[in-house]
Amino acid sequence: MNTMIKVIFILAFAYPGFVQADDFKKSDLKRWREQFDEVADEGRRLFTSPDLGSNGVVCAQCHPNGANTHPETYPKFQKQLGRVAMMWEMVNWCILNPLEGKPLDADDPEMIAIHAYLAKERKGVQLDPGRH
Amino acid sequence: MTSRRKFLKSTAAGLIAGALPVSVVKLAFGSEARDISFAYISDSHIQQVKGSKFVRNWDRGLMKAVAEANLLDPNPDFVIFGGDLAQLGNKPELDHGAEILSALNVKPRMVMGEHDYYLDLGDYWSHLFGEKYYSFDVKGVHFVVLNSILTYDEWTFDRWESGERRMNEMAGLDNPNGSPFMVGEKQREWLANDLEKVSHDTPIVVFSHSPIQKIYKGWNFWTEDAEEVQALLAVFNKVNVMYGHVHQIQYNQIGNIAFNSVMATAWPWPYPNSYAQAKSHLPVMTVEMNRADPFNERDATGWQLVDVHSGRVDVNFNLYGNQNRTVSFNKEKNQPEDIKYSTHSKKPAQKHY
Ligand code: HEC
Ligand SMILES: [Fe+2]
Ligand SMILES: [Fe+2]
Repeated sequence: MNTMIKVIFILAFAYPGFVQADDFKKSDLKRWREQFDEVADEGRRLFTSPDLGSNGVVCAQCHPNGANTHPETYPKFQKQLGRVAMMWEMVNWCILNPLEGKPLDADDPEMIAIHAYLAKERKGVQLDPGRH
Repeated sequence: MTSRRKFLKSTAAGLIAGALPVSVVKLAFGSEARDISFAYISDSHIQQVKGSKFVRNWDRGLMKAVAEANLLDPNPDFVIFGGDLAQLGNKPELDHGAEILSALNVKPRMVMGEHDYYLDLGDYWSHLFGEKYYSFDVKGVHFVVLNSILTYDEWTFDRWESGERRMNEMAGLDNPNGSPFMVGEKQREWLANDLEKVSHDTPIVVFSHSPIQKIYKGWNFWTEDAEEVQALLAVFNKVNVMYGHVHQIQYNQIGNIAFNSVMATAWPWPYPNSYAQAKSHLPVMTVEMNRADPFNERDATGWQLVDVHSGRVDVNFNLYGNQNRTVSFNKEKNQPEDIKYSTHSKKPAQKHY
């Protein structure tokens, strides 16, 4: 590295704005938490909403508080599919069958909200990928 | 004494023999006079989609139970329906459920569930089925049906702007706006009176929708005045309390009272201890049922054939895709137990978590 570049580097890191960009404030943490909670709340709304399906059945009817969905076990081998699957595939299975609804894309905001809600209900449980 | 009764109609035996527990072919125990069997069907949650369209899955569950109970030969002494006939308690649902039940060879005796009640406080249900709580005697056993899904007056009468709203709030098992179930003072008085004329060595079987014990309040696996009701039953030598509502196998013993739950025909529920954010008080004697396969919609749903002998009940669960189970009363240990599952450890894959 020649001296000129070294100087630019030192200047760059000394520039206060640069340092701040890598630092987060309490207000950031608060905002990010609120954003997550908002999406998880939307997930809870969907979980108890007949809009996901066509027959009025809702997820919470069979999964109170999201129980028996095991988000911490994914990806895992799903014997019914014969391969390793992600949780969104099982969410879609349940949308298609008990709810007689239309499947969602993996990155559909509604699918993300359902994942946020299920993960929140499962907070504190150790990750255990592959567990059946 | 040695009468071995043929339980399946021979024409149908071949058809479904594989689906019924071996113990359905029943041996008579004790004195003939005290030998009773009954079919117990519960929690069908008939749910209207729109007009005359109902959720197919729940309809199938109830129809299957009714068709199979009709194969019992001879007919059982009676059939009991354990509550939650409907999902939201409206006329189309109750009518449709009553119509499916009307195919039973034996007219069922009915228990009130919260899903039948909270829309109109049981008016239409009573119009169809009669009293909300009552008692009857069969072959020397005293049977009592309680309406255990009542709650605080303020919640019932003052809190909600409409019956629909009230029903919706109570229908969500995990809804924090719900309210704990109770039998209530008026009915406890009735029960005390009803039991006054019964001798203490008469076997008692109580049917309630919610467990008359406290398991997990967050999901209303709970009756607020359980201890008061238990106290009224405590003076009898042999008491059995059977309940629906929990959609899973539970059994335990409190003093002289044996508790047995029955399965739903609609869908199974997770055990409360699988909810990571809650402390659970699940009775320790329960061996959990196998986990349900969501790819088989009838898995872990079903109905029961119950034998009463010497004043105690044996519950034969017919669970379709799931492992059939028998929970019998163990006289030496003085508690209900699942003989097969208490001597063999369960497969690890079946653990609920
Ligand atoms: C009729 C009852 C029923 C309904 C309604 C239902 N499910 Fe399921 N679902 C099940 C059962 C039973 C299982 C298997 C649970 C087990 O493995 O113990 C399951 C499994 C799952 C799994 C995979 C869990 C695992 O470990 O294999 C996910 C994720 C899931 N459901 C999400 C949902 C969502 C989201 C909805 C609403 C769109 C929903 N379910 C509606 C019955 C239902
Ligand atoms: Fe129920
Ligand atoms: Fe119920």
